[in-house]
Amino acid sequence: MSNSSTLWSDAIYRLTRNKAAMFGAFILLILITSAALAPWIAPYSYSFQNLELGASPPSADHILGTDVLGRDLLSRILYGARISLLVGFVATGVALVIGVSWGIIAGYAGGKVDSIMMRIVDVLYGLPFIIFIILLMVIFGRNLWLLFGAIGAVEWLTMARIVRGQVMGLKNQEFVMAAKAMGVSNFLMFRKHLLPNILGPIAVYATLTIPQVMLLEGFLSFLGLGIQPPMSSWGTLIKDGVESMEEFSWLLIYPGITFTITLFALNFFGDGLRDALDPKTTDN
Amino acid sequence: MRNFLFIFLIFLLGCSSNTTPVDDGLDKQIFHFGNGSEPQGIDPHIVTGVPEHHILISLCEGLTIPNAYDDDNLPGAAESWSISDDGKTYIFKLRKNGRWSNGDPVTAGDFVWSWKRILTASLGSQYPDMLYYVVGAQEYHTGVTDNFESVGVKAIDTYTLEVKLNAPTPFFTGLLSHYSTWPVHKETVLKYGAIDDRNGEWTRPGNFVCNGAFNLKSWELNNKIVVEKNPLYWDASTVQLNQIHYYPVSNVMTEDRMFRAGQLHLTSTLPSQKCPVYLEENNPDLRIDPYMGTYFYRLNTTNPYLNDVRVRKALAYSIDRRLLVDKVTKCGQIPAYSFTPPGSNGYEPTTSIPFDPELAKELLSEAGFNTENKFPKLEILFNTNEDHRKIALAIQQMWQQNLGIEVELVNQDWKVYLSREMVGDFQVSRAGWIGDYEDPNTFLDLMRPNRGNNKTGWENQVYDSLMAKANSTNNQEDRYKLLDEAEKILIDNMPIIPLYTYVRSYQLSPDVKGYNPHILDHHHPKFIYLERD
Amino acid sequence: MLNIFIRRLFLAIPVLLAVASLTFFLIKLAPGGPFDADKAVSPQVLKNLNEAYNLDASEWEQYVDYMSGILRGDFGPSFRFPGRSVSEMIATGLPVTFELAFYAILIALLIGVSSGVLAALKRNTILDFIPMAIAMIGICVPTFLMGPLLVLIFGINLEILPVSGWGQLPGDKILPSITLGFAYAAYIARLSRGGMLEVLNQDFIRTARAKGLTERNVVIRHAMQGGLIPVVSFLGPAIAGLLAGSFVVETIFQIPGLGRFYVEAAFNRDYTMILGTTIFFSAMIVFFNLLSDLAAMWLNPRSRDAS
Repeated sequence: MSNSSTLWSDAIYRLTRNKAAMFGAFILLILITSAALAPWIAPYSYSFQNLELGASPPSADHILGTDVLGRDLLSRILYGARISLLVGFVATGVALVIGVSWGIIAGYAGGKVDSIMMRIVDVLYGLPFIIFIILLMVIFGRNLWLLFGAIGAVEWLTMARIVRGQVMGLKNQEFVMAAKAMGVSNFLMFRKHLLPNILGPIAVYATLTIPQVMLLEGFLSFLGLGIQPPMSSWGTLIKDGVESMEEFSWLLIYPGITFTITLFALNFFGDGLRDALDPKTTDN
Repeated sequence: MRNFLFIFLIFLLGCSSNTTPVDDGLDKQIFHFGNGSEPQGIDPHIVTGVPEHHILISLCEGLTIPNAYDDDNLPGAAESWSISDDGKTYIFKLRKNGRWSNGDPVTAGDFVWSWKRILTASLGSQYPDMLYYVVGAQEYHTGVTDNFESVGVKAIDTYTLEVKLNAPTPFFTGLLSHYSTWPVHKETVLKYGAIDDRNGEWTRPGNFVCNGAFNLKSWELNNKIVVEKNPLYWDASTVQLNQIHYYPVSNVMTEDRMFRAGQLHLTSTLPSQKCPVYLEENNPDLRIDPYMGTYFYRLNTTNPYLNDVRVRKALAYSIDRRLLVDKVTKCGQIPAYSFTPPGSNGYEPTTSIPFDPELAKELLSEAGFNTENKFPKLEILFNTNEDHRKIALAIQQMWQQNLGIEVELVNQDWKVYLSREMVGDFQVSRAGWIGDYEDPNTFLDLMRPNRGNNKTGWENQVYDSLMAKANSTNNQEDRYKLLDEAEKILIDNMPIIPLYTYVRSYQLSPDVKGYNPHILDHHHPKFIYLERD
Repeated sequence: MLNIFIRRLFLAIPVLLAVASLTFFLIKLAPGGPFDADKAVSPQVLKNLNEAYNLDASEWEQYVDYMSGILRGDFGPSFRFPGRSVSEMIATGLPVTFELAFYAILIALLIGVSSGVLAALKRNTILDFIPMAIAMIGICVPTFLMGPLLVLIFGINLEILPVSGWGQLPGDKILPSITLGFAYAAYIARLSRGGMLEVLNQDFIRTARAKGLTERNVVIRHAMQGGLIPVVSFLGPAIAGLLAGSFVVETIFQIPGLGRFYVEAAFNRDYTMILGTTIFFSAMIVFFNLLSDLAAMWLNPRSRDAS
């Protein structure tokens, strides 16, 4: 039996003591819930225009104001949360699935297989992925699924390296060798022995990748390659806000703050997770 | 660390000069020109865009040039011309003191050779049809004949050019202000390549020779193009500017900031959200000039649902154009009730398009669509651009509210949008057209059958024959009556839905004089100078 | 180590060729050609243009033609700018992007390392908290937000710095470099703090201190070499990120660099330009990744990865 159970309870204990991380988790919880419930709690539809009104500062009718087409900003931020968080989680998920599988196989198999697989990773590291993403978006249009796939395909490399490193470390530990001696199948090995032990670093890295992905989506939106209107993500809201930041500052301030706070929360939580799982680097 | 920061800040502050390029330009007569995007090139027979035009107009000169004070054309390389009574023969007398920038005289032979060049098919020019009005030009270009002698442009003597047209073309002198009809220096072009070599280096600074008021001094890619006064230009004494610096600023927000920081005298455009703000604060640098252009939606008449003219009219009548220009575009645009902008060279179309949602609903149900038989979802195609998006969103709402039609917005980047329009892969598509010369023909000609720019699949023979007749009529009044009839047919069939007439909105420094509104936005730099009040 | 360097350099060549081929075929799949223009191009003219640029040959022929051109160093003529070759355009844009990236990395290293080391040394005090908070801001605020804000404050309101250009007006290189470098300064600050903390806890540091060496000596001569390894490893991916970041910064500040060329080429379907810049960016990334891996290995032979 691996000694992961005490590792976990230790980690959770440390995590809950970390105020910044807990704060981050709390914020995330609120955000995710709001995003999920957006169709029910948003005061207006994200596409309903009020041309007569145009851009207006926060008021009783529109708590965060309206944009140039008279669309309610609060609603758009809520719906934007759905898209941005969706992109963040799904693209990271894609990266996770590819990266973890790759890393586990390479690390466990070792030898030539590992050599080739890691060589491929090294090679891919050298590609200007951003360029390919831009090219794909330009060529195939701004498809949400393509966006997930493209971003995920960029981020899986580091995940693979981390996982492989971890697996290589575990492979030589006693409990693994014992299981092998007992004739446990490879599949069971992955599931019961290896996976639980590498979940930690994976969780940390995933949590820290999500903000990267969200920034990347924002970057693509700035270049005009992000989500198609009338849907919008925080990236497009910020881009629009930047253009009107002198005239209608609320259009930049509120999406900007929301975006930044979300990224803060994710980073704090991720940092906390990492500190919790790796006692050597905690500030004790 | 603290010391370093302190020194750094001092350095920052000290380094900033208090004279901006605009201030500096005043003494040195240097005009800083925001030009929108990096020009493709400066070969007048190859390029196609507006930024290229702004540079070419300072470097080369055609037979006529635009006027800074009204819309008539002034003599350029030609000091006078006469037109035969039947309107088909033009005799241009070129200036004897016209010079290329290397000192060679500008001769009629130069124009003949230049027009041969643009009509040489292998050059791949995209504007040869500007000259199709000339006898034999189309045949030469399309390869029906390879004898250029058969084309109606001849050098009678060194300084006399004779042009024969297929039909009296009242707007022919207007056409001559388009750069595709301008001359190039034969020896220079041939020195660096054949007559049809697109990639010749004759346009590089140091090699480039042309007959305009300025010379090409330097060209830093994506950074700046500098032209300087040409002392050999025949009217050099009128030219007051010493240099023009063209900046290819493609980001409109950056351009706005550059202007406000005193780095530009003139911007190429205005961020759309700034226009109402500047209007409200009475910003003295804001300029809104009339512009000969129409913003419209193309309807694919080959689509089984859009085939019915009642449907097309219903769509047109349920758009509140007033609301669009007042609340969406907000920069002084004018609602359009005709395809040709009113007032183009005195032409006033009498067509009208009502905003009548009730009538629109009736038309739609007459065409057979109601709650049982719903009209299918419509798709509006446009190229990725904030302004197009806003208009499409507004119209989506109007069609939804007034007709109950569901609309989907599809935006593609420029190239994809163009190719989809070209092959007819669209239902409703956003479009804009700017006049190439000042005459209603430049708009109405578009919608004739077999025109590459029609793209709607609408072919009306009555319309076509009206247009052909109008273009063979020499009398302006009669001609305009015919054109108006054609316009009525167009609006009555609605293959396109006009939305509004463009305006040119931009910022201009008060130091700039001699830059006056021109309906085609042609401003000859020899009339421009810098002076502080 | 020279062996590894040479071996990986050789590996880079087939990688770049693969990148070129992949990009070539991707572009060919794109709808919309380089000659589509607002005013419809007549079939006659289109035919002439396609002939002039060899676009009417078979896909395979074009591919072979292009690839053999690359091996000779000829990237072909630009489709969008008649008379200009791609190599020439890359030659004008590359030095600018390099310079921008160089200043950005310089700022990132100077500010990042100094604040990270400081934070590590003064752990859990205000001198730790403030730099790390600022670093967090740098990581969470996107470049396309930071840039316009800085321009608004320093260019328009305070009027002390130009709002655009590169090498045109005095001081115009400051804002773009800071905008691009700030995010990296933030990452480097965090990485160096982490790395330093890990090293500072080790035995040999305690020994050095016990021996009575000055704190300065301990930090600079003993701790930093190991503590900055994560920073050095990060530099490779950082270059890749800088190239991407240059697209945004070059657009905001109107800088004539390769990043801007690339984005415009992609939108204009300037096939040859897209291919040329992709290969160049790949080559740069491969090269810098290699350099940073080697540097990390050199700094700490113990961390050599058995790959």
